[in-house]
Amino acid sequence: MAIPIAYNLRNLIVRKTTTVMTALGIGLTVAVLVADLALVEGLRTAFKATGHPLQILVLRKGSNAELNSSVTREALQILKSKPGLAVNEAGEAMASPEILGVINLPSVDSPNGMNLTVRALSQAGVAMRNVKIQSGGRWFQSGQREVVVGKSVAKRYPNARPGARIRFGRGEWEVVGVFDAGESAVNSEIWGELNQVGSDFNRQDTVSSVLIRAADAGAFQALFNSLNDDRQLGVNALREREYYEQQTSAGAPLQFFGLLVAVIMAIGSSFAAMNTMYAAVSRRAKEIGTLRVLGFSRGSILFSFLIESLLLAFIGGVFGCLLALPINGVTTGIGSFATFSEIAFDFRVSPSTMIAGIVFALVVGAIGGLFPASNAARKEILTALREI
Amino acid sequence: MKVISYLPLITKNSFRNRRRSALTIGSMMVSLCLLVLLMAMYKVLFYGAEQTPAQAVRLVMRHKVALGQPMPLSHEGKIRQVSGVKAVSVQQWFGGTYRDARDTRNFFARFGVRPADIFIIFPEYEIPEQQKQAFLHERTGCIASKALADKFGWRPGERVTLVGDFLPITLELTLVGIFNEPNKFEALYFNWDYMRESLVASGSRNPLQDSVSQFLVQAESTDDVPRVSKAIDDLFANSPYPTKTETEQAFVLSFVSFLGNLKLFLLAIGGAVTFTILLVSANTLSMSVRERIREVGVLKTLGFTPGTIFGILLGEGMMIALIGGALGCALAWVLCAALRNATIPMQQLRVINTPPLIVLISLLIALLIGLISAMVPAIGAARRPILDSLRHTG
Repeated sequence: MAIPIAYNLRNLIVRKTTTVMTALGIGLTVAVLVADLALVEGLRTAFKATGHPLQILVLRKGSNAELNSSVTREALQILKSKPGLAVNEAGEAMASPEILGVINLPSVDSPNGMNLTVRALSQAGVAMRNVKIQSGGRWFQSGQREVVVGKSVAKRYPNARPGARIRFGRGEWEVVGVFDAGESAVNSEIWGELNQVGSDFNRQDTVSSVLIRAADAGAFQALFNSLNDDRQLGVNALREREYYEQQTSAGAPLQFFGLLVAVIMAIGSSFAAMNTMYAAVSRRAKEIGTLRVLGFSRGSILFSFLIESLLLAFIGGVFGCLLALPINGVTTGIGSFATFSEIAFDFRVSPSTMIAGIVFALVVGAIGGLFPASNAARKEILTALREI
Repeated sequence: MKVISYLPLITKNSFRNRRRSALTIGSMMVSLCLLVLLMAMYKVLFYGAEQTPAQAVRLVMRHKVALGQPMPLSHEGKIRQVSGVKAVSVQQWFGGTYRDARDTRNFFARFGVRPADIFIIFPEYEIPEQQKQAFLHERTGCIASKALADKFGWRPGERVTLVGDFLPITLELTLVGIFNEPNKFEALYFNWDYMRESLVASGSRNPLQDSVSQFLVQAESTDDVPRVSKAIDDLFANSPYPTKTETEQAFVLSFVSFLGNLKLFLLAIGGAVTFTILLVSANTLSMSVRERIREVGVLKTLGFTPGTIFGILLGEGMMIALIGGALGCALAWVLCAALRNATIPMQQLRVINTPPLIVLISLLIALLIGLISAMVPAIGAARRPILDSLRHTG
């Protein structure tokens, strides 16, 4: 027969100071873990939202990042004539040659400067991404020294807001608009016109990469294979989606760090939980004896104290999730070595991260409760009743 | 002070419930160890490791805005003219791929340098004379830092092939030497001239003709450093290639922002940890005082004043906290040693250590936590009337 859970709940309530303190300790541990998971989740979301399922990013053979790739204009012509390419309204093959550069500007988090990607592309390239310009701004015009910035850039870089002039390449560039690409990572980029920016980056003969779109899913695979098999062309074709998803690894150092801290804190708080539960067991020695006299088995005593510890940890877990909740949606930035520049993203406290946090709390509670509970179960009836 | 004479009593009391004391100390130990680690990390990431004298006078000059955008070689002569400059050399970043770029382990810094200059600008590099001579004379030779050589198990004679990415060449290098360097950075140096010749031979348009990605500048003395860096940057401020010249340490630390807003994370987590320890120790101490209410009553009937009882209980809190703190510092010291030798995604942490100041601060924090958390139960126990205490059961 099991001891009702209400008994444990009442015990927790009676000793409310101890309960709250222990639960808070576990809660803070859980909060650190949830925040860490929310960071990784947010980063993953940003990269997952980037890229079109039918698009292929073409880089130079041997290169795995746009920044250090170069594709010749001849290769670009061959690419455009490949069968299976999608065609836009104007009847042109959907292929966007692009040039990448990195510039350094002070951001709100790093006043000493943080790296930003500058992407030079044509209107055709803009059309291949799901972006719109925010009201009050406009796209860059060809022949003008104008750029547009992603919404994260506008938010985080005081020197790159609409109307500002950014100095890179051979002179100044005016920011004429802010674009919104949903949750995509390109929100952290600055875009300018292909030829204009390209000549400033000294790249008239080659481009960094070419983005192409296949007509349909069937053509996609054939196109993808034909590009990678074409030895003469010498390119490395990557699925755009995968290319961005891989960059989630930029968060690896912080993830490692957060997990390390959470685990160390968990050891500390499981000790604390153990202390609290031992105290509960010794305070209730008589009660335990009474329960045994009433016919509750050792097993149900063990189970009961374990449940109490889990309940305590659960309260802590919920507490931790609540503590971590306010960081949901907070924007932060992280450097990606693939682009050598910053990706801004929002923390995401999702249901799954919260469940992970609560499970973590329960593990702490189980570890903390196991020994005290078995200690309680082992008590001899007579000695227990005699204790004061 | 009088309380000192009660030390045996305090010690005895601290360990009357051994299991609880052990758990409390254990809990404080891990938390304080974490706090020490956080502070050590903060120091390494934002203040860097101890600078060697050679490091303190070394400046890195790069393009002000565009990372990796090369600067004209003609800058070199102009830098030499700046007073306070002792030596100038070039350093060319070579991205490229070693083995498989998908494995981040294969990512390390590779620079083209003038072999003769490298040992002038980096006098702290220790390398056997024979290996140094080999690097000076073998055009396809390269040298690696010990950290890098150890990572891949390289020995002199190892073939290192770097496939270029933004540069359309492949460098076939032979490791001719391994140098010791205090910061445990992973770096490979090869002959800049060999790279330039390969570029010419490749026949493609050379994006690096007459230009280089970074200049290394050595100042006469540390006093000259701020002036030299400003003088150089002013010199090129209005040229098409504005520059940013900073100490090597500042340059390296600027990459910390790449890890995200760590400063805030470290502070937030440090705060959470400190608060957690406070909760844990306050909780245990009040538990142990609560158990002893009757005993305190007995002590009072024996003539102990409320002040003495207050002092004894505070002493108990501080003793437990101090033991936990000291053990935590010891554990942190061990963990730091482990981190220094581990392969972890944060290269900066390879020089992490626990300086005395951080240990001292942590012990003070521990003491303070012991004091604060013992305060409330101690006041309560000291104030409780004797009869009330003696009547207490529980």
